[in-house]
Amino acid sequence: MKGYLGIDIGSISTKGVVIDEDLNIVASEYLWTEGDPMGAVKRLLKVLENQLKDKDIKIVSVGTTGSARKLIGVMTNASVVKNEITAHAVGTTTLHPDVNTIFEIGGQDSKIIIIENGYVTDYAMNTLCAAGTGSFLSSQAHRLGVTVEEFGEIALKSQHPTNIAARCTVFAESDLVHKAQIGHSKEDIIAGLCKAVVTNYLNNIGKGKKFRPPIVFQGGVSKNVGVKKAFEDAVGHEVIVDKNGHLMGAFGVAVLAKKSGIEKDFSFDVADIKFRTTGFDCPKCANHCEIVCVFKDDKLIDSWGNKCDNGTVKIN
Amino acid sequence: MNKEIIACFPQWGSYSCAFRYLFENGFDVKYMTPPPITKHTLEVGSLNSPDFVCVPFKYCLGCHIEALENGANCLMQIYGSCRLNFYGELEEKILRDLGYDFKFFNMAEINFRSPKSIIQNLKIVNPNLSLIKVAKTIPTTIDIIKTIDKIEDFIRKNAGFEIRENEMEDLFSEFKKKLDETTNSKEYKKLKKEYLKKIMSVEINKPKHPIRVGLVGDYYTVQEPYSNYFMEKELEKMHIEVHREMNLTNSIIKSKYKESRKYGKKYVKFNIGATANYTVAEVLKYAKNGLDGIIQVKSFGCTPELNAQTVLQNISKDYKVPILYFSFDSQTSETGIKTRLEAFYDMLSTKKKG
Repeated sequence: MKGYLGIDIGSISTKGVVIDEDLNIVASEYLWTEGDPMGAVKRLLKVLENQLKDKDIKIVSVGTTGSARKLIGVMTNASVVKNEITAHAVGTTTLHPDVNTIFEIGGQDSKIIIIENGYVTDYAMNTLCAAGTGSFLSSQAHRLGVTVEEFGEIALKSQHPTNIAARCTVFAESDLVHKAQIGHSKEDIIAGLCKAVVTNYLNNIGKGKKFRPPIVFQGGVSKNVGVKKAFEDAVGHEVIVDKNGHLMGAFGVAVLAKKSGIEKDFSFDVADIKFRTTGFDCPKCANHCEIVCVFKDDKLIDSWGNKCDNGTVKIN
Repeated sequence: MNKEIIACFPQWGSYSCAFRYLFENGFDVKYMTPPPITKHTLEVGSLNSPDFVCVPFKYCLGCHIEALENGANCLMQIYGSCRLNFYGELEEKILRDLGYDFKFFNMAEINFRSPKSIIQNLKIVNPNLSLIKVAKTIPTTIDIIKTIDKIEDFIRKNAGFEIRENEMEDLFSEFKKKLDETTNSKEYKKLKKEYLKKIMSVEINKPKHPIRVGLVGDYYTVQEPYSNYFMEKELEKMHIEVHREMNLTNSIIKSKYKESRKYGKKYVKFNIGATANYTVAEVLKYAKNGLDGIIQVKSFGCTPELNAQTVLQNISKDYKVPILYFSFDSQTSETGIKTRLEAFYDMLSTKKKG
């Protein structure tokens, strides 16, 4: 049977999904990018190959999304390289055709997607500032001596969430320290943080938008039940968290790879091929474009980053 | 011509052609076309600017420093009804503190009600200036600006559908290059006729209903392509018809301020600063004309455009037109901008098909 691979390489985590022709997820994995997107994808492919061992699935098309989509697209010979906003929208509307609003909070970005009759009609994504995203929560969890995984459960125990300034991560952090020192309990502070993330989200990304149910909440932070509850309290509607919510980008781009109808050779052997990138500053003008060259087995296969033709690197 | 005086105005779209004509033929001084903006311009501008000033200031200052390094000795700045009004004063102070020696023509210092003040200030550029000569060059200068705006408007709307890529832009560059050698209005008029015809007859393959996007934003960011990360070009590459009303013709030569205030009355009753009332009126017009999407570009912290942004949200809701908002400073990564633009395109194109 034909299979389609979707890979979502974010700043913090790398997600992979293999779907069959009926859009069922037959293999999936979620692991940390650890600042090395190519290495993470190699690890990801090994895991997925293992999961598919006893299944009769042949991957005929690959889609990539996330901030390293271009690099990984070249590496895996992808048919579709799509931005994460579209990928997420496609993924969610495939699983929840009636969805009207998508909240999404990831490692370093957050976005809102508004959908009407299955079409995206509006979206917004955070700019300039990463306040209220996953990395903020995990650094604060570390400060409080709890793991980010238990964060949500602890928050649910609180009766009186502490008020924490939500506008800016730096202010939120000083607020948190101050509140802890004057004697607020840990669960109140943790619940307060969850609330702060939601307030920040609704005030920035959600500004001027209407949240019509059904609302789906996804991205890594959606696994945090404390944030989910804070969202429900704030918008006054039920918020759905899909069990595959953290994989939605990868699932979406796999669906797009299938829809594209383009089939390209793919083999899990990619995981064993040596890939290497080098960067240099183009010296030809004062723009000093940072040019990236990708090598496969020491052979140059692609390059990008140049603003003009002077910086084009010839591929033999 | 007084070759000792070398005047320069910061990079601003394609207008240096018009300024050159005015200064060389009217003011009788040499004009330096500022070197194209690069990363270096912004770096040197940011380094010497207050951190929280809006980014157009950093571009202007960077341009001026580069111009001084290249031999310019007479700088200029315009005025406006926002922080722009302080640009000149602050730039001059920073540049003098850096030890540069130059003349500075700050239009914010002119009292436009007093002819004496106007003449005094104009004489900063050239003390032996002939007012008659300046006056005689003005009609052609204005016509050059109008032509540039006309061509650019045409390119924005059609370049995305060219059969041979970049043909219009190449012709336009050729035109600007030749324009930089003209010394009289006769030469210019011939050139104008020739190139208007050439550019407008470039072969295109435009669908009946292309995706149309309107571009609005603060005065500098929307007009200087480098400062909006060549957004118009990016949109053209996606085969989008781009609309932009804000240019010198529509703002200074034939101000549409009163018209804009009246047109946008339902959404905003008072002056919200700088060109933000234009922004509101333009967006409303785009929405009424059924454009598929609108993009607002602004420098981070631009108060007038922030005022407009809240109003735009209401227009977006009422007319169901999606608006994408961008705030730029000197450190925004291009990848993030491309991601958002791609998603915007995906959204508009699926909606159009659906």
